[in-house]
Amino acid sequence: MNIKKTSNLKELTPRHLFINRRKILKLGLALSSLVALNRISVLKAEEILMRKVNTFEEITNYNNFYEFGVDKEDPARYAHKLTTTPWQVEISGMVGNPGIYSLDEIIMEMEIVKRTYSLRCVEGWSMLIPWNGFQLSQLLNKIGIKEGAKYVAFETLYRPDEMHMQKTKILTWPYREGLRLDEALHPLTLIATGVYDQPLPKQNGAPIRLVVPWKYGFKSIKSITKITVQDNQPVSSWNLQNPREYGFYSNVNPKINHPRWSQASERYIGAEGEGYLGNLFARRYDTKVFNGYKEVEYLYKNMDLSVYY
Amino acid sequence: MFIIKRIIVGLTKRIKAIYIYALGMVPLFILVNDLIANQLGVDPLKELEHSLGKIALIFLILTLSISPLSNLLSINLIKLRRPLGLLCFFYVVLHLSTWLFLDMQFRWPEIIRAISKQPYIILGMLSFILLFPLAITSTNYAIKQLGPRWKKLHKLIYVSAIIAGAHYLMVVKSWPLEPIIYFLIIILLLAVRWFKLKKYKQRTR
Repeated sequence: MNIKKTSNLKELTPRHLFINRRKILKLGLALSSLVALNRISVLKAEEILMRKVNTFEEITNYNNFYEFGVDKEDPARYAHKLTTTPWQVEISGMVGNPGIYSLDEIIMEMEIVKRTYSLRCVEGWSMLIPWNGFQLSQLLNKIGIKEGAKYVAFETLYRPDEMHMQKTKILTWPYREGLRLDEALHPLTLIATGVYDQPLPKQNGAPIRLVVPWKYGFKSIKSITKITVQDNQPVSSWNLQNPREYGFYSNVNPKINHPRWSQASERYIGAEGEGYLGNLFARRYDTKVFNGYKEVEYLYKNMDLSVYY
Repeated sequence: MFIIKRIIVGLTKRIKAIYIYALGMVPLFILVNDLIANQLGVDPLKELEHSLGKIALIFLILTLSISPLSNLLSINLIKLRRPLGLLCFFYVVLHLSTWLFLDMQFRWPEIIRAISKQPYIILGMLSFILLFPLAITSTNYAIKQLGPRWKKLHKLIYVSAIIAGAHYLMVVKSWPLEPIIYFLIIILLLAVRWFKLKKYKQRTR
């Protein structure tokens, strides 16, 4: 492993990878000209557009982050123990410029955008969250992807002293997730650095987390320290825990039920009404294929979604 | 130990069923109060639903622990059992109604699908159905009418308790501690009875 304290991402991309990158950029451009970026960022389904964006309070006090406990309130209670500065991300595997990068130097090179995405949890609830972040494709293209790469693997920080649940065996630590390369390069796939134009709160996965809006929430791994580009399918923590219940793809799909519960509908947490009574009567909506993000449909053409769930 | 026993004996002599009912309303009062004060968090419905279920389970466990506790302390606590059992049923009804009306919001096709296909919903419904005849036969009149069959019928609580514990275990992802603890307590309370029965059979042989 070569450790670079300071490296300039701009200079580091070898020439042959530039060409590869161009191809991908072209694809990205073609896509974005089809659908303007800010239109991608909010669901087109009218029903969802009518939803109110969740408040900062709601977004930061209702989290699944098992490193800090299994209750939704636990992350807000315990995540303050996490040290997030300095933060380094190890980028390795089939990339042009493997190395350990400081988060600051990565963010400096990235274009930060705003994206309001629906987050659909596998448990059957959803929220509408205004993220700030950069497209993962931008980072991967800058690092350079080698020929033959097929997947991207992610890892959360492993620090049991600060994340006390890592001392238990509730999941296989560190938390791991993965995407197929084309999923990772899709313009919707975001590395979030903030919500509501504020730095990402620790309970939401500070300092950087993945956001893949057409997949169940657990795919969007938090507090990332490791990104590996590889040619074999990465392991993911929930898949290890229960492969029958949590597949590698885990695309939102109302027709493919979780073995223990239905995915036909979702309760939209908070937001719509005012105060506690509004939240008590949070409305149930029909869940949509790919969480309504139809633009990703082509990624799964000719795939039997009941097999690759 | 002697002093503790005297206190318990003294208390149970004075205690009336109505006090238990009154005390049993305290969790509901706290829940409603928290709800109105907006203290149930971002998703008050889930909190309400889960809390009602948990309270019902606790009353179920209390109901089950009356007879082993009576044996252990050699005091008759039996008069506490009916109010505890009925309180359990009361919270089960609230828990089920919350699920049907506030959580599933009258989406009947989904409700029917859940009741027929989703294992933990099936278990929950089963546990409720088994408790139903016990609740309606919790009167002096029914005890008199049913005679020895009453005792047999009320053994259904053992089945209902196991199922309720399993229902909670199956709702959660992974294996968090809390439902495991409840389940183990239920198993323990049933095991105590089983051992007693075995000992009794050995003695009478």
